[in-house]
Amino acid sequence: MDKYGVILFQTSSAAMQAEAILLKADLKVKLIPTPRELSSDCGISLRFDWEFLDKVQSFQENGRLNAVGIYPLPGGEK
Amino acid sequence: MIYVDNASTSWPKPKEVLRAMTDFLENSGGNPGRSGHRLSISAARIVFGAREAVAGFFNVSDPMRVIFTYNVTYAINLALRGLLKPGDRVVTTSMEHNAVMRPLRALENAGIQLDVVHCGSDGRLDLDAMGKAITAGTRLVVMNHASNVVGTILPVKEVANLAHQAGAYLLVDAAQTAGVIPIDQPALGIDLLAFTGHKGMYGPTGTGGLVLGEGVDIAELEPLVRGGTGSKSEFEEQPDMLPDKYESGTINSVGIAGLGAGIGWVQSRGVASIQAHEADLTALLISGLKNIPGLTVYGTGDPAQMTAVVSCSLAGHHVSEVGRRLDDEFGVLCRVGLHCAPSAHRTIGTFPEGTVRLAPGIFTSPDDIRSVVAAVERIATRHG
Repeated sequence: MDKYGVILFQTSSAAMQAEAILLKADLKVKLIPTPRELSSDCGISLRFDWEFLDKVQSFQENGRLNAVGIYPLPGGEK
Repeated sequence: MIYVDNASTSWPKPKEVLRAMTDFLENSGGNPGRSGHRLSISAARIVFGAREAVAGFFNVSDPMRVIFTYNVTYAINLALRGLLKPGDRVVTTSMEHNAVMRPLRALENAGIQLDVVHCGSDGRLDLDAMGKAITAGTRLVVMNHASNVVGTILPVKEVANLAHQAGAYLLVDAAQTAGVIPIDQPALGIDLLAFTGHKGMYGPTGTGGLVLGEGVDIAELEPLVRGGTGSKSEFEEQPDMLPDKYESGTINSVGIAGLGAGIGWVQSRGVASIQAHEADLTALLISGLKNIPGLTVYGTGDPAQMTAVVSCSLAGHHVSEVGRRLDDEFGVLCRVGLHCAPSAHRTIGTFPEGTVRLAPGIFTSPDDIRSVVAAVERIATRHG
């Protein structure tokens, strides 16, 4: 079952920065309004294909994403 | 018409800047970082692109440490009012613009201790005097990178070393240098870099910023303005992360779109090449002016030690008269008077009359400079 994940940030600037980094790494990502179920830290979040979770997490672990959380997108099945 | 008032604001702006601003308003007009729909995201992407461009321009690795403000004055006020507390010792130079002096004088009334190091009549800073003024208790050193009155470039790196040895931060007002002198913020040791977007960076008015070096602890820097940021919206307290802590309220996104294009344009030309062009014009201007009877050129007179800002006065003529006649009779547009820098004029000996300030830019040609010199010469020899 294909599904989406969502990366949350503290600020929209961090979301923009992460978008650029992940697009450069050929990951398909899309900026979306932050799902209310998750957080209201920042109005914009980054959706990604859940199958690339490992890659996204490795960017986060390298300190390059400045994300505050990575979650399955609620109701986000393709 | 010959525009030699680029030290006030650069004109004309590159077509790329105008196009970026029109394009922003037509195609990306949402509120960046607020709504999450396509126009909001498009706007946020352009603002972030400009943030990265500014960081790259000053060789700063983290674009989050670029705080957009509305001009350099706002950035300087943010740094001074955000950092300083009663009892703090601050050192500055006598060549500062009122953008630095006025907030410092107000803070002095509120209890900071201010030490103003006197510069020479050519605007140069005596490093020994600076070294004596900066002591172990100094919290902050504030200085311009180059004078807006005589263009004299100050030794930022050397002062940074003195400041850091004493445990002080260095705040630099780069209004006159960003875009016309290469600025590597980490290499120069600048902790807080205040810049304006509408001069050497060829962006529109209403843009500028404060770039925080890695050594600056943002817990020590209070915001100047608090309000909506599009983040942490459930809290009534200001968020503490960069850049939102210091960017409340809707940002000048259309201006920042223009600033991003201006930086791209400056980079495509190369700052070093712009600097060389302006140094050639400065040399031509000074050598021409020096032959005019009764004319005094202030500053070092050495294009290698200054930006393209040439201040002069003409014996027997008020600067206001010279400025008016240059505009009315010759179409030469410059600025006359005190240039918002009374302390600098006291230092070079031109207070309260001020000077005629001629500031060529990237679009000024050698022929323009020859025409300016001829116009000043006509005014010197023929009364209107």
